[in-house]
Amino acid sequence: MAAVQNSSTHPEDNLVQKGIKEGIFAGVIAFGLFLLYIGVVTEQNIHNELVYRFRWFALAVFVIIAAVGRFLVVTVGQPWLAARKADAKNKVADSGESALKKALPKLALVFLLAYPMLAVGLAGPQGSLKYVDNFGIQILIYVMLGWGLNIVVGLAGLLDLGYVAFYAVGAYSYALLSTYFGLSFWVLLPLSGILAAFWGMILGFPVLRLRGDYLAIVTLAFGEIIRLVLINWSDVTKGTFGISSIPKATLFGIKFDASKDGFAALMGLAPSSAYYKIFLFYLILALCLLTAYVTIRLRRMPIGRAWEALREDEIACRALGINTVTTKLTAFAIGAMFGGFAGSFFAARQGFVSPDSFIFMESAIILAIVVLGGMGSLGGIAVAALVMIGGTELLREMEFLKVIFGPDFTPELYRMLLFGAAMVLVMLFKPRGFVGSREPTAFLRERKAVSGSFTKEGHG
Amino acid sequence: MTMAPGNTTMSKDDIILKVEHLSMKFGGLMAINDFSFEAKRGEITALIGPNGAGKTTVFNCITGFYKPTMGMITLRQKSGKEFLLERLPDFEITKKAKVARTFQNIRLFSGMTVLENLLVAQHNKLMKASGYTVMGLLGIGGYKAESRRSIELAEHWLEMADLIDRADDPAGDLSYGAQRRLEIARAMCTEPEFLCLDEPAAGLNPAESATLNKLLRSIRADAGTSIMLIEHDMSVVMEISDHVVVLEYGRKISDGTPEHVKNDPKVIAAYLGVDDDEVEDVIATVESLDGGANG
Ligand SMILES: Nc1ncnc2c1ncn2[C@@H]1O[C@H](COP(=O)(O)OP(=O)(O)O)[C@@H](O)[C@H]1O
Ligand SMILES: [Mg+2]
Repeated sequence: MAAVQNSSTHPEDNLVQKGIKEGIFAGVIAFGLFLLYIGVVTEQNIHNELVYRFRWFALAVFVIIAAVGRFLVVTVGQPWLAARKADAKNKVADSGESALKKALPKLALVFLLAYPMLAVGLAGPQGSLKYVDNFGIQILIYVMLGWGLNIVVGLAGLLDLGYVAFYAVGAYSYALLSTYFGLSFWVLLPLSGILAAFWGMILGFPVLRLRGDYLAIVTLAFGEIIRLVLINWSDVTKGTFGISSIPKATLFGIKFDASKDGFAALMGLAPSSAYYKIFLFYLILALCLLTAYVTIRLRRMPIGRAWEALREDEIACRALGINTVTTKLTAFAIGAMFGGFAGSFFAARQGFVSPDSFIFMESAIILAIVVLGGMGSLGGIAVAALVMIGGTELLREMEFLKVIFGPDFTPELYRMLLFGAAMVLVMLFKPRGFVGSREPTAFLRERKAVSGSFTKEGHG
Repeated sequence: MTMAPGNTTMSKDDIILKVEHLSMKFGGLMAINDFSFEAKRGEITALIGPNGAGKTTVFNCITGFYKPTMGMITLRQKSGKEFLLERLPDFEITKKAKVARTFQNIRLFSGMTVLENLLVAQHNKLMKASGYTVMGLLGIGGYKAESRRSIELAEHWLEMADLIDRADDPAGDLSYGAQRRLEIARAMCTEPEFLCLDEPAAGLNPAESATLNKLLRSIRADAGTSIMLIEHDMSVVMEISDHVVVLEYGRKISDGTPEHVKNDPKVIAAYLGVDDDEVEDVIATVESLDGGANG
């Protein structure tokens, strides 16, 4: 802001003049754009004829919004942004990590471990369901999916728009193998991961030669194929009806039900579905931690470095003797494996799976979380999942909006609108995501974060 | 086995790379036309020629990025093992045949630190030590020790390239000259027997050029790596190369010591340019040569 205040009045006059000019211009454009869409309305009269009338007031509102909006953007918004940018440039120098920032992951972990207890303590076993299940588990599933996709997109730089396919493979592996063969969750969890990894390789082979847009399209198609197979192979998958009454997960053979040897009875607690949810919460937390641990370890291993090098420059990788085929395949397979774990967990949690849970929108949301978080950064992705998934869950809670917008208003329906708006905003202010910098995997004297302006997004 | 070129008499052992009848066609364009030469072990061989002569294409054929239309490229290692490079996929040429290269337009991993760039270059060795990731992930096997050794090797080449103070900075943050040296250091971390450098001195200032020359000489002396380089700066070529091959329109027009090439009238006419008062002389010479060839 200082820059604006310090400058003489002359540029300010200029700014207002420019604002008025651009405002009028925007108004004219808005008039042209909205004249037919908003200004004219067609309806049928009693004689079934199409008549039209003008809505000058509505049109005027739109034009005025456009004109005033543009004026404000030019006179207030842009100088503010410019000042911010200048500030940011000055701040780059002292980008040293504060102690708080370092302790943050540990604090978050302690909070997560205590979270179900807090929820039960504050809201009682039944009341805790909402917090543990709708918020806790839901967000953690997306954290895990985000971290899994991060290996493919964030580290290896391979744009995958069909990640939900592996989530589906994991979920259906558990659903089918447990209902048909009665295998337990603990056997099927690793098996689902392996099966998903296998499908990751199957996808990997044909797309190895593809890059960028082409790769994205083919992975998208792969996601759709898996979904269509699930819908149409109805002998096995029961098609759109989905598979219901999938067995629950057990804790060392102890079931979470109201029976005599169920968890609640054994512990001498009143029967409640809350215990199962709390168990699931810790389970998904453990799975997330496993994903994070493996990712962090892999990044410091040659394979992880090769992934990142692949993202930076594939040709240079080949010139250094790196087999890019196997490197890409392992990225696909390991990313898919975590998607498979998450999928089997999802099936165990819901007790019901259907192809509706594995639509393209899910892939898009997971990818959005990775991009918003800052590709490659675990912390950033976790924050993005918290904001995006937690935010949309919060929408459900906003009953008070009904008072404002009328009783027909269902806030959940605006989920995607808000998701999109949030994305645009974050990308405007932090084009590299919440965490734009990259932690080096090795250092000689001191570990310095690599600014996002040097890293590449990969080309496929 | 001796390596120094002066010590042994000329024998088959002295030849590290042999290119025979190499041709590369792009559609209707013959970028390289029946090109043959030999590079000797322990020497610096320079490949020169005007822009578009096909020098980079020769490198791309040697390092497997292009599959030649015709011809044979044989690499003979110190151990006596021979590889037919035109039959190997690009990454195996580095991995097995031990040929490393740099690019005319620098290709660094700019978002990774200088040190990380050098560690990526040791991928295959580290991959093996980490039991193809499995053992390393579980913390068993010799990965830790190998990883320490790889950092030592990286440090060695950082010292040589005068980059040790920048080890923890992003590669994209280095100056142009430093990026060139880093690319060479990175290639050396693959522990090559034969190193191909595509215009390493292009765009360098005289001071950077001198540092580069020092680096190249120490590579030849300390690591025993034979070097082949494409260069435009004639002072660099004349100063450091033992052997010069001249290419024009995909054909070899001269081959020999720097002295020999410098005085070859065909080279002078094609590439070096000539002093104003010598122009007529050279044209006359070239015309008489051409006339002889045609008639
Ligand atoms: N991939 C390619 N496709 C088509 N033509 C190529 C390709 N690579 C090089 N060429 C052509 O081959 C000729 C030699 O190019 P190059 O080897 O880059 O020359 P130099 O490195 O000697 O300047 C040029 O005419 C160039 O246009
Ligand atoms: Mg070239």
